[in-house]
Amino acid sequence: MDWTTILLLLDSTLRTASPLLLACLAGLFSERAGIFDIGLEGKMLVSAFLAAGFAYATGSAWLGLLVGIAGALLLSAVHGLASITFRGNQLISGVAINFLAAGLTVVIAERWFRQGGRTPQLDSGSRFTEITLPLAETIRPVPVLGPIYAQVVSGHTILVYAALLAVPLSWWVLFRTRFGLRLRAVGENPAAVDTAGVSVARLRYAAVAIAGLLCGIAGAQLSTAEPAAGFVRDMTAGRGYIALAALIFAKWRPWAALWACLLFGFFQALEARPDIFVRLFDLRVPSALLSALPYVLTVIILAGFVGRAIPPRAGGQPYVKER
Amino acid sequence: MDRMPRWADLILVPLISILLAGLISGVVILAIGENPLRALGIMVSGAVGSTYAWGYTLYYATNFIFTGLAVAVAMHARLFNIGAEGQATWGGLGIALVALYLPWPHWTLAMLGSAVAAALFGAAWAAIPALLQARRGSHIVITTIMFNFIAAALLNWLLVGPLKPAGTMETATAPFPPATHIPSFRDMFSFGETILFRSTPANIAFFVAVAACVAVWWLIWRTRLGYEIRAFGHSEGAARYAGIDATRIIMVTMLISGGLAGLMAVNNTLGYSERLILNAVEGAGFIGIAVALMGRAHPFGVFLASILFGILYQGGGELQFALGIPREMILVIQALVILFTGALDNMVRMPVEMIFAERRRARAPIAAPGPARSSPGHMTPPSDPGKPAE
Repeated sequence: MDWTTILLLLDSTLRTASPLLLACLAGLFSERAGIFDIGLEGKMLVSAFLAAGFAYATGSAWLGLLVGIAGALLLSAVHGLASITFRGNQLISGVAINFLAAGLTVVIAERWFRQGGRTPQLDSGSRFTEITLPLAETIRPVPVLGPIYAQVVSGHTILVYAALLAVPLSWWVLFRTRFGLRLRAVGENPAAVDTAGVSVARLRYAAVAIAGLLCGIAGAQLSTAEPAAGFVRDMTAGRGYIALAALIFAKWRPWAALWACLLFGFFQALEARPDIFVRLFDLRVPSALLSALPYVLTVIILAGFVGRAIPPRAGGQPYVKER
Repeated sequence: MDRMPRWADLILVPLISILLAGLISGVVILAIGENPLRALGIMVSGAVGSTYAWGYTLYYATNFIFTGLAVAVAMHARLFNIGAEGQATWGGLGIALVALYLPWPHWTLAMLGSAVAAALFGAAWAAIPALLQARRGSHIVITTIMFNFIAAALLNWLLVGPLKPAGTMETATAPFPPATHIPSFRDMFSFGETILFRSTPANIAFFVAVAACVAVWWLIWRTRLGYEIRAFGHSEGAARYAGIDATRIIMVTMLISGGLAGLMAVNNTLGYSERLILNAVEGAGFIGIAVALMGRAHPFGVFLASILFGILYQGGGELQFALGIPREMILVIQALVILFTGALDNMVRMPVEMIFAERRRARAPIAAPGPARSSPGHMTPPSDPGKPAE
């Protein structure tokens, strides 16, 4: 395999990994606070649609992003209402949210744009464009590092960098702030947090809202960040579930989430280039089987063959205050 | 004494939930500029107005009965099987293999053999998540989701590769031999010149589904195994203490659940498409969740909810023809039903419970005097401090 192919592959790895990463961190906040979130997929989908729709209508990708985030937050509120206030089943609520998003996006898109459940093509003015990092061209001639910086690191949209930045930020919030400590505690032992006089419900709502925010950014990236140019039906295509898989793979830790998402992003990048396998190993790996790889890996992890993944202890259980 | 009568728990609360889901669906239809009542009329007449309509409605309902029962059985053991989709996909694969590669002399034998194969394949696909849950404690929801994707990917690969007949462009197997054709409703109910259920997919598998409802009812409420499943679902700790083997219950329940989901393929693959096609399950595995929730995990409830969803599915298709509302409107309604009957159950339940408690308190002084008859397990609710003592 030649050097250019590797660079291209890594470049698309970073791009495909970043919505996964944002969704994965969303799941991380939610599940660390004890709220399972199967609805990552739906929140991303709604945000992808609203972001593209409003970017088209207003001509501003930023406004689109804001509306997308608002949509994802709304679904988060529904999830919070069902699983925190009314102590319903969090998994069922997540499933419902995914269907709601899959249905509503197409129904409304058809109503607004009449293009078979998609938004019109966005021109470069109304989407996030790829930015060249400073010095990219200057460093390019430097061997090895130069092309890596110029081609892989540089030349992504701002949302990709936001995703990468979200990793240390999440780590800092979760492990270095009082809010993070309480949030993690509420996922392990909500009664203890309650006894300390901190509102369990408020903390969990905060966590669910952060998850909505991150899913909103992830969705906007899918539909409005170059090379994407608009929303198509079901465009998340299981990414929310891959993010969940990555979350387990990462054992609910931010830095590990980065590596897990890069790995799964790499698989997705490979999936788009089946010719690489043919050239490398003289082997035709069907792309269908390659697409199943993240799921197979997650099952193997869950089976405990590669270290045990232990979820937050109070995950999935509604908190009932003692009366 | 329970906080509300049985009929309220089984009928009133689900009914209110469905009304709420319907109301919000109506608001959605209104918001996209159509008349919800007119949409409702089109859906109903499109789904139950003719034998043609019923031929589709009952076909969809049959799919949902199988997946609904699958989810319901697992629910009794407090296992949430999201994997009915993948298990039904595998059921289809099992049927395709036996129908294509074994010589069948008569359709009755073909149906029997196919059903066994479908159930076995479906159960096999549920076995690994079940084992991981039982032995490793890996969350069955996550593993069954993963297995859905793996099943879809495998089938995708099989249908563009090994199972695809040479010289075709479609992602499907070769058509099954004619001997495996099971009677459709048209074959069964048309007489003389009158042809009923013309070109509709409903077939004899509907009656298999009804039989499965009865069998599941028998299993859950009339057998020792069913008792153990329910006991395990009620309290895992107590069940273990009573000598019920948790691993066995999880495995057996999930195998039955997967087998029921797999049986769905008798309807859609053997009975309708008569070859294995890509994405044959069409989300029925997930509708099973809605159906099981709405039917309160009772086979009769599952049956009724399946018919309702069959109407919704067939009627929803008519909406597209008549009003141009995309088929995805069904997903919205389905989501709202799952949300209200499943996740927001307490939102409906708590006010209803309060009303019944209020009524009972109002009636209490009339009751004959005697010792307090509250059962030992229940705490009596504290009297309202706002009211003067009686």
